[in-house]
Amino acid sequence: MADPSASTAPTPAIRLRDIVKSFGPVQANRGAELEVARGEIHALVGENGAGKSTLMRVLAGMYAPNSGQMAVNGRDVTGWSTADAIAAGVGMVHQHFMLVPTLTVAENVVLGSELTRGPVLDRAAAERAVRELSERTGLVVPPHALVRELSVGQAQRVEILKTLYRGAKILVLDEPTAVLSPPEVQELWTVLRALRDQGDTIVLITHKLDEVIDISETITVMRAGRTVARMPTAGTTPQAIARAMVGRDVALALDADYAGVPAVQQLGAVPALLEVRELSVSSAAGHPVVRNVEFSIAPGEILGIAGVEGNGQTELIEAIAGLRAATGTIALGGRDLMPLDVRRRGDAGLSHIPEDRHERALVLDYSVAENLVLGQQHRFTRGAALDTGRILAHARALITHYDIRPPDAALPARALSGGNQQKIVVAREMSRDFKVLLAAQPTRGVDVGAIEFIHARLREARDQGKAVLLVSADLAEVLALSDRVAVMYGGRIVALLPRSDASPETLGPYMTGAERAA
Amino acid sequence: MSTTDPTIARVGGDTPTPAAASAVSDRASRRASIEEAVLPPLVALLLAAVVGDVLILSFGQSPGAVYRLLVDGTWGNAYGFGQVLYKATTLVFTGLAVALGLRAGLFNIGAESQLAAGGFCAAIVGLLLPVGIPSLLCLPIYILAAALGGGVVGAVPGVLKARFGAHEVIVTIMLNFIVLALLNYLTSTRLHVPDTLHTAEIGSGVLPRVSDVVPSFQGSAANATILLALLAMIALWWFLFRTRRGFELRAVGLQPHAAEYAGVHVGSVTWRALSISGAIAGIGGLNYVLGYKHYYEEGFATGAGFLGIAVALVGRSHPIGIGLAALLFATLSQGGLAVNALVPKQMVDVLQAVVILAVATSVPEVRRLLRGARRSAER
Repeated sequence: MADPSASTAPTPAIRLRDIVKSFGPVQANRGAELEVARGEIHALVGENGAGKSTLMRVLAGMYAPNSGQMAVNGRDVTGWSTADAIAAGVGMVHQHFMLVPTLTVAENVVLGSELTRGPVLDRAAAERAVRELSERTGLVVPPHALVRELSVGQAQRVEILKTLYRGAKILVLDEPTAVLSPPEVQELWTVLRALRDQGDTIVLITHKLDEVIDISETITVMRAGRTVARMPTAGTTPQAIARAMVGRDVALALDADYAGVPAVQQLGAVPALLEVRELSVSSAAGHPVVRNVEFSIAPGEILGIAGVEGNGQTELIEAIAGLRAATGTIALGGRDLMPLDVRRRGDAGLSHIPEDRHERALVLDYSVAENLVLGQQHRFTRGAALDTGRILAHARALITHYDIRPPDAALPARALSGGNQQKIVVAREMSRDFKVLLAAQPTRGVDVGAIEFIHARLREARDQGKAVLLVSADLAEVLALSDRVAVMYGGRIVALLPRSDASPETLGPYMTGAERAA
Repeated sequence: MSTTDPTIARVGGDTPTPAAASAVSDRASRRASIEEAVLPPLVALLLAAVVGDVLILSFGQSPGAVYRLLVDGTWGNAYGFGQVLYKATTLVFTGLAVALGLRAGLFNIGAESQLAAGGFCAAIVGLLLPVGIPSLLCLPIYILAAALGGGVVGAVPGVLKARFGAHEVIVTIMLNFIVLALLNYLTSTRLHVPDTLHTAEIGSGVLPRVSDVVPSFQGSAANATILLALLAMIALWWFLFRTRRGFELRAVGLQPHAAEYAGVHVGSVTWRALSISGAIAGIGGLNYVLGYKHYYEEGFATGAGFLGIAVALVGRSHPIGIGLAALLFATLSQGGLAVNALVPKQMVDVLQAVVILAVATSVPEVRRLLRGARRSAER
């Protein structure tokens, strides 16, 4: 347990005591503690819904806590405003960038505290200031480039520069690596270490445990709104952190877990279940986003697609599912899917776990029972009407089998936690009659316990002789599950390797586009 | 489309804890959703009453006296009540029409002209039918004609939206002008009885009035179209909440991307929803043409289409709510005539406006539409 009295350090940079913050009936923080020493990199970890982001928003002045004390550099700042926080040098880098795409890097950095000459923006001074800051911190970005032309990694650097430009000495980063490739993550680590060495304090929100081990000096673990552990990073293990996060032992998705090529596939010469040839997709604006992609998946095989997000994975999956116009051929068990619409592709044996749970995979205002038949509503009818009896029976069976909580078929999907919402999607897509499963970011934003469960279901599908196409931004997940690994970059498959040849080191260069094979 | 978790904005980064969700029992959540549905209209009414009090006092009258007059002139006697029922009947149709659109995420501002087109087509058919055919035989023909008239006017924005992405709000507003002008032109140049702005009376199939059964309703326009309105309410409820098509239509309205994923063709739902919406508004034209005057007249239901928007919003796009909201707005509009002796009848328009504003700013349908409009503007 956290024991603030145990710290003997001088005045800590941040000390949050017994923070309670609720939103209506939902208590996001219920007595959270955080103590961060000056000049350290501190990891704040916990499952989704543990209250990490809320606690950091309280620190940044975005929310006022219901109760509890906050001190920054020894000064009591309980319930301060965002302006106070910025003035005191506390800056937050959000998970979703808050940049104006049509302005330049320099303009974005100075936005809100512009340097002016009379009424005119002093562009040269802004660019100079940004260049100096860039050089000092190692956050290199061209100051006059438009933000919309930057890569995700570069945009994130702008986001950090912006915070530093406003004088932040305490930097909070919310899941900064979610959108980065392994080399970009390493660059970010270099920058953060340099900032720390200059005396800045850094709090890193993350749920990737290997990163925690990699970069942090101290770890605070939150669970269900409370701080449950605080430990020095040296001497702890991912398993120990995971245990603190979940409250029990869990099987982590480590690439070392890969169990080897399954028997079904070793027979060889089995005809492919999913065959994709010369598949190309264009964006709404007419740019090619998937270029000439080719692969096939055998029965009992998981093909994992790794790559930094935004390199055509989403479009590839949606094209196969029938949600996006494409050219080329897609065949399922020898049957041409191209002329079929979404529903008929489903009937032909295609199952799809979409990456966007809240926009695509669920109708949040529909009940759990209704969501469990979404996409198969035409199979649950009696004449023109829906067969509510059968829909409910179906829901009860799946809720039990997939342990969806709370076990209430009438509750709107919106009321469930992220992990349980994803269980609805997984339950629905795995319970239909399918041959090929498209699984896009199947464990995004779900807690460690649910990840374990979902991974088991994917392996189960593979072992039953289904073909699984897995897309994940989490390289560890791809490596833990896949029998073959492909890397997408710039809309192309730039590498396609057997699992035995794939590792973060071999895949990294392909993910950044530095290398091409295939 | 970003993958932003909508709960992030609400709860701050992390989804609500499972513990909080499991504490919510089935019954409690249902009660909460009923409260969510009923509370905004009730608060709106309360607010309107307060504003009404202030207005009445500013005219030097006693609110009690004015409200008593309002009730006496509407629900207090058979004639007044009949008039309320008559007005409510038209509003049920336009309200249901707008609500069907809202459920599919579409804002149909065109009920005004769809209603007129429905009445017009019914009147034309009535002029063509030979005299003396029994009402029950004619009725389906009239319903079909009115539905077709309104349906075609509704289909135009539907098809334009599905094919070219033209925004239905703009198209339906513009069509109101075009269709009403066209109908007026046809009536005043081709079809009118000299020295009037209406067509000749239809010969067959007029509907009985309530006063034919209950004599004390003498003089009021209430007629058997009320039964059609009740049937329409039940039918729409069944369609929306019990059928597969209704399930798919509501999914399109709530989350078009999820509907698409579920194998629904969003475009065809769009044009079908707007066509059916127009058809329902069109059938509302029978209330006047078949039940009251037995001819088509220019401006026979001016404002009823627009008021249908208010009815749908206050009624929360639910048939039962729409029935109640239609009665409310009919009462206010009939009551305006009754209170005219003490305060200007426009006071009632102010009350209606307050109700509409208060509800419009609080209901999720409107917020969703605004969000959708903003999203398409960003694109």
